[in-house]
Amino acid sequence: MTATLPRPHDGVFDVAVIGGGIVGAAIARELSGYDLAVALLEARDDVGDGTSKANTAILHTGFDAKPGTLESELVARGYRLLGAYAEATGIPVERTGAILVAWTREELDALPGLKEKAEANGYEHCRIVGPDEVYRDLPDLGEGALGGLTVPDEAVICTWTTNLALATDAQRRGAALLLRHAVTGIDPGDEATVLHTAAGDVRARWVVNAAGLGADHVDRLLGHDRFTVTPRRGELFVFDKLARPLADKIILPVPSSRGKGVLIAPTVYGNVMLGPTAEDLTDRTATATSEEGFDFLLTKGARLMPRLLTEEVTASYAGLRAAIDHPDYLIETDPPQRYVLVGGIRSTGLTAGMAIAEHVRGLLADAGLAMRARETLPEPPRMPNIGEASPRPYQDADLIARDPAYGTLTCFCERVTEGEIRDACHTAVPARTLDGLRRRTRAMNGRCQGFYCGAAVAALYEQHHSHDGCHDHSGDDR
Amino acid sequence: MTHQPPLTTTDVLVIGAGPAGLTAAADLAAGRAGEVLVVDREPAAGGIPRHSDHTGYGLRDLHRVLSGPAYARRLVDRAAAAGAGIRTRTTVTGWADAATVEITSPEGRYRIRARAIVLATGARERPRTARRIPGDRPEGVLTTGQLQNLVHLHHRPVGRRAVIVGGEPVSWSAALTLREAGCTPALMVSEHPKAESYAAFNAAGRTVLRVPVATRTRVTRVIGKNRCEAVEIEHLDTGRRRTVACDTVVFTGDWIPDHELARAAGLTLDPGTLGPLTDTALRTSSPGVFAAGNLLHPVDTADIAALDGRHVAAQVRRHLDGECRSAEGVRLIADAPFRWIAPQVLRPGDPAPPSGRLLLWTDTFVRFPRITVRQDSGTVTTRRLPWPAAPGRAFRIPSALLDGVSPAGGPVHIGVR
Ligand SMILES: Cc1cc2nc3c(=O)[nH]c(=O)nc-3n(C[C@H](O)[C@H](O)[C@H](O)COP(=O)(O)OP(=O)(O)OC[C@H]3O[C@@H](n4cnc5c(N)ncnc54)[C@H](O)[C@@H]3O)c2cc1C
Ligand SMILES: Cc1cc2nc3c(=O)[nH]c(=O)nc-3n(C[C@H](O)[C@H](O)[C@H](O)COP(=O)(O)OP(=O)(O)OC[C@H]3O[C@@H](n4cnc5c(N)ncnc54)[C@H](O)[C@@H]3O)c2cc1C
Repeated sequence: MTATLPRPHDGVFDVAVIGGGIVGAAIARELSGYDLAVALLEARDDVGDGTSKANTAILHTGFDAKPGTLESELVARGYRLLGAYAEATGIPVERTGAILVAWTREELDALPGLKEKAEANGYEHCRIVGPDEVYRDLPDLGEGALGGLTVPDEAVICTWTTNLALATDAQRRGAALLLRHAVTGIDPGDEATVLHTAAGDVRARWVVNAAGLGADHVDRLLGHDRFTVTPRRGELFVFDKLARPLADKIILPVPSSRGKGVLIAPTVYGNVMLGPTAEDLTDRTATATSEEGFDFLLTKGARLMPRLLTEEVTASYAGLRAAIDHPDYLIETDPPQRYVLVGGIRSTGLTAGMAIAEHVRGLLADAGLAMRARETLPEPPRMPNIGEASPRPYQDADLIARDPAYGTLTCFCERVTEGEIRDACHTAVPARTLDGLRRRTRAMNGRCQGFYCGAAVAALYEQHHSHDGCHDHSGDDR
Repeated sequence: MTHQPPLTTTDVLVIGAGPAGLTAAADLAAGRAGEVLVVDREPAAGGIPRHSDHTGYGLRDLHRVLSGPAYARRLVDRAAAAGAGIRTRTTVTGWADAATVEITSPEGRYRIRARAIVLATGARERPRTARRIPGDRPEGVLTTGQLQNLVHLHHRPVGRRAVIVGGEPVSWSAALTLREAGCTPALMVSEHPKAESYAAFNAAGRTVLRVPVATRTRVTRVIGKNRCEAVEIEHLDTGRRRTVACDTVVFTGDWIPDHELARAAGLTLDPGTLGPLTDTALRTSSPGVFAAGNLLHPVDTADIAALDGRHVAAQVRRHLDGECRSAEGVRLIADAPFRWIAPQVLRPGDPAPPSGRLLLWTDTFVRFPRITVRQDSGTVTTRRLPWPAAPGRAFRIPSALLDGVSPAGGPVHIGVR
């Protein structure tokens, strides 16, 4: 297979994708399914280290999108694409379903409209239910729910594994993964566009800008002035796994003009999360949590599910949505510049990512980029399972019999074994930081936050992690 | 994976090879209570003292003062010499039924069924996230447990300048470890009007460790993008805030039992300790399942945990001899400022609690505590105790104070004036 990998001609890639989040990784994967030499440029030292690592991880049906928008179309399509991809690769998914709960008369009155909207989006499975049914499904919900709208197909997914699977797949298909390549300047040329990065220049015929929170900056580097990203912070609490029986479904609020509101959702790791807040900021690096955010969440939580607040918080974090002053995704092609902007992928990009990638591939073809589907492609990668819905290595007797490292627990709270930590350091897209290791294995993400395991995990990581020169053009020398 | 993992059986299974579990196992094995097996998920047995490399261990159980690691070794040797089996890297991951646990170890996946089970899984410090402290998520934010693991077991460096959150005995333990690792404990922060730990320790702390203590103060924010740079603190009375530069923050004390297995078994928990509800024989709500050590009282010193182990061994032996649980008991309830009491159930005919004492945790300092015991709107007894009740460490009262309690009466309230 290696013989057929597309290679850059004279050091010029066919397409350079800027941004190694879900969206950029999905685009790089999609394009490298064609006879194109593709590079994925990421500023940080790991993929999925931006917004894509810190969201609510819901695989949306798109029932509540604005009908007729590109977002609504791509979320619905992305839901199916990612669902199938998860099955093929082992990305953890749990098909929990959701209930949108009405707490006031006004919210109750909004339910029929939401059901119609879902139908306008092609989603037919919503049902309006009375309070009895709401409490039958969610006995621990706070008092006073008046009714609900069921969304049986909403699901939760592992955002980390999704990003890693897409990037790994892109790399296996021959894309060059260029980490620590922050694009700081762009010179469009007749034959090739030169991307200036901290790690040297990268040349490509076409450029796709999927830089998330930085997409407007990159757009300006190409001489445009069409939008500004407003980081909209969302803060979240993650509660101990012991809370999981309290919320076996996603509990959605009735959306308001401020956005989707605070929800309670199970996680694929067996926790329960409460959040997110929505707060417009100016600082695109403001991923700290705040006192106000916590107070707001606790007030909401006390109403939604008082019992949840008696459980321990194992994590809190904040993510930044890339909100823009435009009611839809801003995906535009500039054929003369051989450039595609993928901007404003605010709060649905995890779900829509693979559909956005298909869409962008179509745009590129329309704009004149010649491409032919490759006849043979490597199988999609099989990702390590870090979800609770299917067996984890520590539960797999056969695996442990073959390799006792999978029977040696290092992180007790999350039940992460020595074998998994070792593997995460030697895999195709390996962990390059302790945080990267957390996202690949869950190590140290649990209730003790390292009390027992922190030192042991760090020691194992030191022992295994390879200085693999990720800042080099690692795709070039194959 | 579809078939059941293999089953082994033993008479007694002790889960957790800390001071409580090892002492219980040693006493049971020495008393020929049948086959006794201790399992622990760590690579070595001994529990917390293994990495608590300073003196102060063993006074009440071994009647000598040892360093943590020396104490741990001694307890391991005693249990092994008595004939208890000790399996390390052996994690109990769940329950197959009320008397059978599931195990993961490098030897494989298997089940252990026992006639009696002792839960001795200990307690840990609440990390920053559980204390809901906002801010950035930088490197350098630890608990004492992680700090001592890093320094004493892995010989890794920590930062240069630390803020210690908490003023409990363990906070001073953290200060010692930081000093040893070449990191200056720059400030200790406590919400209480005085640092909670023993006066002697405080005096020693001030003169030997010279750590300034900011009392009536809480941490409101952690600052630093990659490595910790500072914490923001607030004076509780004035509301004044300031930042303190530090590259390390150690969250100490504020304990929670490791109750995952207890909860997974469906044992009744005490809402105060969050550990299993137990009677003075240290029985839990599940017949044949006992509990001991810091799982029951988060947290007390290691020797107290060990004495729990000795106490529970005798009760386990009675259970193996066929003794059934005695009559209904009365519930003991800790009134504010007490946060919890352990054990929580008094049954007629049961033994006195370990060492004849009940343990309580106070939220405020009471220098001359007068304990009141009330039942059904009457006062059973009041007694002045000559030692203070201080936050941050267990407060002990003689169980004889409960002698006048009526076994047929309602819940018993223990308060302080
Ligand atoms: C609180 C919250 C909750 C959410 N919940 C959900 C949900 O439940 N379901 C769902 O589908 N979606 C959800 N989302 C949205 C989803 O997370 C995002 O839409 C998605 O992650 C966007 O991916 P991305 O690849 O566009 O951006 P990112 O993940 O931010 O990736 C962009 C990448 O570009 C890199 N970059 C930026 N500038 C440059 C440069 N100059 N050079 C090189 N690289 C650069 C960045 O380092 C970054 O890694 C949520 C978002 C938030 C914040
Ligand atoms: C930093 C620090 C300093 C301290 N300093 C002192 C001091 O100076 N003097 C003093 O007297 N006390 C001190 N203490 C307190 C003392 O360490 C404890 O009181 C004592 O260790 C409690 O004993 P234990 O047996 O209840 O629990 P632990 O010692 O906590 O042992 C519990 C054991 O259970 C195991 N376990 C838990 N769950 C499972 C499972 N599912 N499967 C298998 N194994 C499991 C754990 O791995 C652990 O080894 C200190 C504590 C700390 C944290």
